Amino acid sequence: MTATAIVMMLVAIALIWGGLAVSLRYLLTHPLHAAEEGPTSGTTPGSYPTRG
Amino acid sequence: MSTLKPPPKEHAAREQWSSPYGFILAAVGSAVGLGNIWRFPGVAYENGGGAFLVPYLVALLVAGVPILLLDYSLGHRYRGSSPAVFRRIGRRFEPLGWFHVAISFVIITYYAVILAWAIRYTMFSVNLAWGDDTVGFFVGEYLQLGDPAFNLDVVGGVFWPLLAIWVVAAIVMARGVTRGVELANRLFLPLLTIMFLALVVRAMFLPGASDGLNQFFTPNWGALADAGVWIAAFSQIFFSLSIAFGIMITYSSYLPRRSNLAPTGFVTAFANSSFELLAGFGVFATLGFMAFQQGVGVGELSGIKGVALSFMTFPQVISMMPGGPVFGVLFFGSLVLAGFTSLISLLQVVSAALQEKFGIRRQVASLVVTGTTGLLSVVLFSTTNGLNALDVVDKFANEVGIVIAAIAMTLVVGLGLRMLPTLRTHLNRTSTARVGKWWDIAVGIVNPLMLIVMFGITLAALLREGYGGYPTSFVGIFGWGAFAFMVVAAFGFSAIPWRTPVDDFDPVRVHDRADDALVDAPEPLRVETLERLSDDDEGGRR
Repeated sequence: MTATAIVMMLVAIALIWGGLAVSLRYLLTHPLHAAEEGPTSGTTPGSYPTRG
Repeated sequence: MSTLKPPPKEHAAREQWSSPYGFILAAVGSAVGLGNIWRFPGVAYENGGGAFLVPYLVALLVAGVPILLLDYSLGHRYRGSSPAVFRRIGRRFEPLGWFHVAISFVIITYYAVILAWAIRYTMFSVNLAWGDDTVGFFVGEYLQLGDPAFNLDVVGGVFWPLLAIWVVAAIVMARGVTRGVELANRLFLPLLTIMFLALVVRAMFLPGASDGLNQFFTPNWGALADAGVWIAAFSQIFFSLSIAFGIMITYSSYLPRRSNLAPTGFVTAFANSSFELLAGFGVFATLGFMAFQQGVGVGELSGIKGVALSFMTFPQVISMMPGGPVFGVLFFGSLVLAGFTSLISLLQVVSAALQEKFGIRRQVASLVVTGTTGLLSVVLFSTTNGLNALDVVDKFANEVGIVIAAIAMTLVVGLGLRMLPTLRTHLNRTSTARVGKWWDIAVGIVNPLMLIVMFGITLAALLREGYGGYPTSFVGIFGWGAFAFMVVAAFGFSAIPWRTPVDDFDPVRVHDRADDALVDAPEPLRVETLERLSDDDEGGRR
């Protein structure tokens, strides 16, 4: 494979598979029920912790 | 409209996914289908190779994710099948929902046939039954293809696997959302991933694989100046992600009232694209091996997309490689699994609509839907004319039907009713990630414009030169005829009275006031409110 092709391959992997990893991680670390389980640090009751 | 009052009946609770992950699996299972495996690699290669990544990612973020989130917000906020959702938005929009149902219905009839071929080819793989002339075997010996004309000579090799698919699909649908659709995805999606990963790893170790990948990833930056390449990227995202024709609306209507919609949308979209990229590796490594065996350049190979890739080119490569039968079973088995989870999502669109419109139980709906689509698939596509008819119907269902549905939907909720701020607020109320104003612009302006341009180009070509060299009358019957059917069905079904209290649903009461009560309430009341809301979730549609 040429250097250009390898670079494009790595960029595609980073952006697409990386995108999946990042969005999955976000979903797992920002679950909804945090708001329902009572006040968490820095949030008011019933608000959504990471909105805004 | 008739004034017939529906008989008072106990409403069963709306079905619900057993967990957010059950929904994600089902959504990904629906999005990952035949198009990921056999369409993406060839499209990317023909449209700039590595450079295709640029329009592809733009299309993913501008069209894919925003329209997916639009589907989610509509299905989740209005909690119903497509026709119910659009009727709740405004009575005169109900036909758009039925148009979705009709598109799904049409696609089901031929999609199942391709699965039947894939099942048969999984068996053919074991002893490489296709021999040396794979093209002649597929169209001649297997499909017994005749001239493009209507006939009723059913091909046994297609009929029996097709029957098996319909039996399994009917059972899955009858078992419902959790024990049927979700369970099937929980089993098939991990299995598909494992099988396809095994196939890709094997392909990477074939001689010539790196030449194939080299061809696939080498960028042709000049392609980016070509409008056709951008349209190809938007089309690929559109047709691959199962958006804008009711599937994601229907699936998201089974989510509980509190669901993390926005991040889930990103996960679904990127999972779908991730599978496409994986397929790019598998397909082009394999094509590299084929070129290596034949002593030609990868660029000289033909039949690198769709039916030709899967049922003509791949059998040829499989015959060339050591351990070919195993590779063949992995490849065709993957097609079957990927396609089946997409098929049941299409069936759910039709089944949910019939259940809600006619107040019938899902077991009855399941039998009606699989029975009619099954019969049509046998009559229309398992005949000696199946391949031609399928090709034409596929073209019109996707590039005419879905594109028109998407244009209509984005125009209605965007410029027409100006609902996007409300829907965006809905997404933000139910999500731990915030969707910004960019979404309104993407959905309301960029997408309709892009889609109208795409459709204009398709329509001009269809009117000027017909399609695929088929006789005009043939394209008229199977292409324009299928489209006419969708339109007639859309208005015809809208005229039939509902047997369930579809208009009693109030999204403001169910969602917004409940949310406000939750935010404003002091702690003890909040707990009480939450309990009441979860009861509401159990209570289903109201």
